[in-house]
Amino acid sequence: MTRNGPVLVIEAGRTERHYWRDLWGYRELFFFLAWRDILVRYKQAVIGVAWSVIRPLLTMAIFTFVFGKLAKLPADGVPYPILVFAALLPWQFMSTAVGEGSNSLIQNANIISKVYFPRVIVPMSAVMVSLVDFLISLVLLSGLVVWYRWWPDWSILALPLILLLAMAVSVGFILWLAALNVRYRDFRYVVPFMIQVGLFISPVGFSSAIVPEEWRLLYSLNPVVGVIDGFRWALLGGAGDIYWPSVVLSALISAVILVSGLRYFRHTERTFADVI
Amino acid sequence: MDPAVEARGLGKQYVLRHQSQGRYTSLRDVLAEGTMRLAQRVLGRHVASTTSQEAFWALNGVSFVIGQGERVGIIGRNGAGKSTLLKILSRITEPSAGSVAIRGRVASLLEVGTGFHPELTGRENIYLNGAILGMAKAEIVRKFDEIVAFAEVERFLDTPVKRYSSGMYVRLAFSVAAHLEADILVVDEVLAVGDVQFQRKCLGRMEAVAQSGRTILFVSHNMATITSLCSRCILLDAGKVAGDGAPSDVILSYYAGGTSSPASFDTASWPRQPGDEHARLLGGAVQDCAGHPTYELHLGDAFEVSMRYRILAGAKARPVPNFHFFRADGTYAFVTSMPNVQVAEPGEYVAKCKVPGFLLNDGGYFVGLALTSYSDAGYVVNFYEQSALSFNVRDPMDESSNRYGYGGPVPGVVRPRLDWSGVRVA
Repeated sequence: MTRNGPVLVIEAGRTERHYWRDLWGYRELFFFLAWRDILVRYKQAVIGVAWSVIRPLLTMAIFTFVFGKLAKLPADGVPYPILVFAALLPWQFMSTAVGEGSNSLIQNANIISKVYFPRVIVPMSAVMVSLVDFLISLVLLSGLVVWYRWWPDWSILALPLILLLAMAVSVGFILWLAALNVRYRDFRYVVPFMIQVGLFISPVGFSSAIVPEEWRLLYSLNPVVGVIDGFRWALLGGAGDIYWPSVVLSALISAVILVSGLRYFRHTERTFADVI
Repeated sequence: MDPAVEARGLGKQYVLRHQSQGRYTSLRDVLAEGTMRLAQRVLGRHVASTTSQEAFWALNGVSFVIGQGERVGIIGRNGAGKSTLLKILSRITEPSAGSVAIRGRVASLLEVGTGFHPELTGRENIYLNGAILGMAKAEIVRKFDEIVAFAEVERFLDTPVKRYSSGMYVRLAFSVAAHLEADILVVDEVLAVGDVQFQRKCLGRMEAVAQSGRTILFVSHNMATITSLCSRCILLDAGKVAGDGAPSDVILSYYAGGTSSPASFDTASWPRQPGDEHARLLGGAVQDCAGHPTYELHLGDAFEVSMRYRILAGAKARPVPNFHFFRADGTYAFVTSMPNVQVAEPGEYVAKCKVPGFLLNDGGYFVGLALTSYSDAGYVVNFYEQSALSFNVRDPMDESSNRYGYGGPVPGVVRPRLDWSGVRVA
């Protein structure tokens, strides 16, 4: 027992001084919450795992048919299914993370109103479930790669970095949306719509090379574009030329979203328990 | 030794929104408000707002100091600010005014089973709930067997808790919480769960925690629990501290709604003595069988209510002492009058009324003391001192309570033991 240990002073309007140290102290809770979400998701093992296999495969088949066969969009010599799947990987990761993450505070309202911990743990741990789904899809992709005999080259080493970028983008959006969701409860109707629109304005079903050169930079204002281009480049061995300004712009924009999201989240999190 | 908790001018303001449904605002409302304000500016006239706001102080200027190892009960009516205070102390919500300094690790237990997931097994939930309550994984591993044994759910460890009976669920949930290690334990009305046997086990556990020198803040509506567990009691009323002191005194002032009614009194210290030209009230007491003034009684305890009074000269009537019993909520329990009273000579008298055990239900009571004089001309009330005395009847929660494991409140004013018979007839 720490009898005369550190004194904690709770005061009106006082911002948490040891926020990050506190967050580190609660890292076990972060893992436990992530573990719970993963466990619950895969509890009915057959359905859980099957779902995370069927969904990307089915989407890939549809996109390949619509964009590759009907619209006959160019694929730069890459088999169309692989082109689509390489983009579906980050897209599904980001969209499920944002979808789950933005609802996570509301879903854990009972915990938030009864126990103290840095609230940011909740949306962060929701990202972990999507990460597991992502890893399962990655295994699927390696199967596809073997099937089509399309071997990646050294650029695959950049994959972890680009995954990090994908996480930064998602977490940035999640922090904003989760906090807004607590304050304005009808935000949950906005999120699925945003994700749906995002699917069509992001180069998931097609290569971003089909966007005219002069529009490319403007197109890259959507931070998802850089992430998806990066994934394709890393996984497909630089087959489609990567447009670097777009990746850099994505990284910059996602940094802005992440930092501003964190600030907004920290600003509002002190009142979560009162309004949730 | 530095105090464990030091609160200074603690206040918490909530903004009540009329019109909007819940505590949260919706984006739609915000947009509607914004549009309306824009319309106001453009049209240059006032448009009635759809929502009105009202500030409400759930806590206001609450200050207290709690020393290390103190066991403090917090009581008050619903909405008095008890839960808000606990939420501030456990950092769930931040105060709107004032500050509180806390020395040591705080574990708060505002609900049993926070974060329990129905799909997960008992084993998984122990880890999850432990982590949510702030236990380190190593700590949970170390105490795992103890937790399971305390909850008595060994056989169902790998069953999802959605298949648990509510009793098992609560036992497991409390068990995890009971094994929290902290310097300061903040507990909200969580003992009011489970069957009586388990409740007593929990109380025992809490007592053990208290004995080990940890600071406990405990909210309860159960005064018996407060008196047996706490060394001090704080009464909150409308967000303010209305009483702070020994549990017995504070609980009585709570029952009396601010004005305290003692277990005994002597009007010699009063500014005036109740009564008329024929009689005066001198004092009164609630006494146990041994004749000691007491306000805490068990269901089965017989006790005496006594009244001292003086008959003055010139009364040619029969002065009849009568006692009026009220429950703490104001319900008239009964009136009793002394039988066979004759015309009395001037002098000092004591009237005693013995109330048998197993008559009154548990709860707080007030006694009004009165003297009524009967003569051929009719009757005169010489004095009637309302709520002159008070006492508390406790349910010992043992075999004599006839509860068979039922842990909830037993309704009714009286709780007599009656002759029952039960035979098999077919």
